[in-house]
Amino acid sequence: MLDGIDLDVRAGTVFSLLGPNGAGKTTTVNVLTTLMKADGGTARVAGHDIATETRAVRAAIGVTGQFAAVDELLSGQENLQLMADLKRVGSSNGKRIVTELLERFDLVESAQKPASTYSGGMRRKLDLAMTLVGNPKIIFLDEPTTGLDPRSRRTMWDIVRDLVADGVTIFLTTQYLEEADQLADRIAVLDQGRLVAHGTPDDLKRQIPGTHVRLRFTTATELDTAAPLFTNSTRDTEALALRIPGDGGTASLRALLDRLDEHALSAEEISVHTPDLDDVFLALTGHTTKVDAK
Amino acid sequence: MSTRSHSTVMLRRNFTHIARNPTSVFNAVLMPIVIMLMFVYMFGDAFNVGVDYIDYATPGLILLAVCYGLGATATSVNSDMTKGIINRFKVMDVSRAAVLTAHVAASLLTNLIAIGALIGVAFLLGFDPSASSLDWLGVLGIVILLGFAAGWLTVALGLAAKSPETAGLAAVPLVMLPFFSSAIVPAEKMGPGLRQFAEYQPFTPIIETLRGLINGAPDTSDAITAIAWCTGIALVGYLWASSTFNKRA
Repeated sequence: MLDGIDLDVRAGTVFSLLGPNGAGKTTTVNVLTTLMKADGGTARVAGHDIATETRAVRAAIGVTGQFAAVDELLSGQENLQLMADLKRVGSSNGKRIVTELLERFDLVESAQKPASTYSGGMRRKLDLAMTLVGNPKIIFLDEPTTGLDPRSRRTMWDIVRDLVADGVTIFLTTQYLEEADQLADRIAVLDQGRLVAHGTPDDLKRQIPGTHVRLRFTTATELDTAAPLFTNSTRDTEALALRIPGDGGTASLRALLDRLDEHALSAEEISVHTPDLDDVFLALTGHTTKVDAK
Repeated sequence: MSTRSHSTVMLRRNFTHIARNPTSVFNAVLMPIVIMLMFVYMFGDAFNVGVDYIDYATPGLILLAVCYGLGATATSVNSDMTKGIINRFKVMDVSRAAVLTAHVAASLLTNLIAIGALIGVAFLLGFDPSASSLDWLGVLGIVILLGFAAGWLTVALGLAAKSPETAGLAAVPLVMLPFFSSAIVPAEKMGPGLRQFAEYQPFTPIIETLRGLINGAPDTSDAITAIAWCTGIALVGYLWASSTFNKRA
């Protein structure tokens, strides 16, 4: 599944593993959090070897998986109390921690209700709050915002920023370029179990096309005629499309359309794109995410 | 302040689950009683077993009561597994044995409540055991051993199943098995094939041991076979459960 991944995450930063479904993000998290054994290779988490010092690793980390791992029959407060008991923080300390987390995550009103009645966003918040009990130094967040509405996503981002401000190291996986760009100090792009890029968000953005215009034609002949007209354009033969770098402003759009007119070409469809994960993948791997996401 | 051990915390969690999910307890406690009433009042006179039917059937129904509790155990273990809470425990520095042991203990507790209720109703129906207090201790021992063994096997089934529904279904054979034993009618009264099956399946020696103890005349060879079966089932269940627990992420 994973092939020759070499990662180095500095303490107190946010590291983001970016990739489409099936790229191996969750597998990486499972291996690093001791949930799965790697077939080979070594890794140290918080200075402890994941294969030989599993208990020390587990004591140092907090993990919030892709699916909210809360106990649905227990209330929000009981879920947090369960974590406090398991982390052996002591009962008076535990009560204080539980109250603080309920307040911090805006769950006070629903604290006594069973978690089965919580909305998706509340579950994620409770899940993350449970992870924070015992103040782990390193927190793994596996696609923490997948399936959340934009507002809950913003809330989650704020929480992550607060954690980093407190000195916590975050290992985040995401399918969204915007999320990695917003939060991460360093990003690694994972494709089919291999790392295809690694760097700061700016490094990465330099390698990917900026805003571009996408023209879709009806025939291959039209595409063949149009491609040489625009320098720097990239063609996507399968989709009969041409992507032309540009800012998407009216002036450059008009120039582009004039150019097509001069050669008596007409495009079936024209659209302006701001870069997303698909573009990152096309730039870095030569194929789009949809091809891999089987 | 004192810190509770992981096993206590997990046990309390499982007991809370039982308290929050009373349907599972009703199924475990009421179903055996319903079956008892049905067999004793509707069919009891039709079976000629040589003694009062209630005295014949109660030991088998005790075993049935253990089995009826297992569906809930399988479902609850599986929902822990598939909903990710077990993975949460696994990446924490939490004793791994505690998670599964708590399920077995909760299952055993449900069994004991069900059996207590069942024996209570049996007395109301005229159950007249001739067991000494030492024999009753033996009954308790066998019941605990059986509940423990069946509990581990069920935990393994629950861990291995794909969804809570299939986990509940996987426990059905365990619920059906007592009917094909000497629980309801003596094995000698069954047709060929079924009779041999009933004689040699694990539940028959367990029931015969309980029957012997309750009649105040325990049979040593039955008891040894029963204990051997329980130990074997417990061991298989435990090993299967542990390996599934460690492997499945």
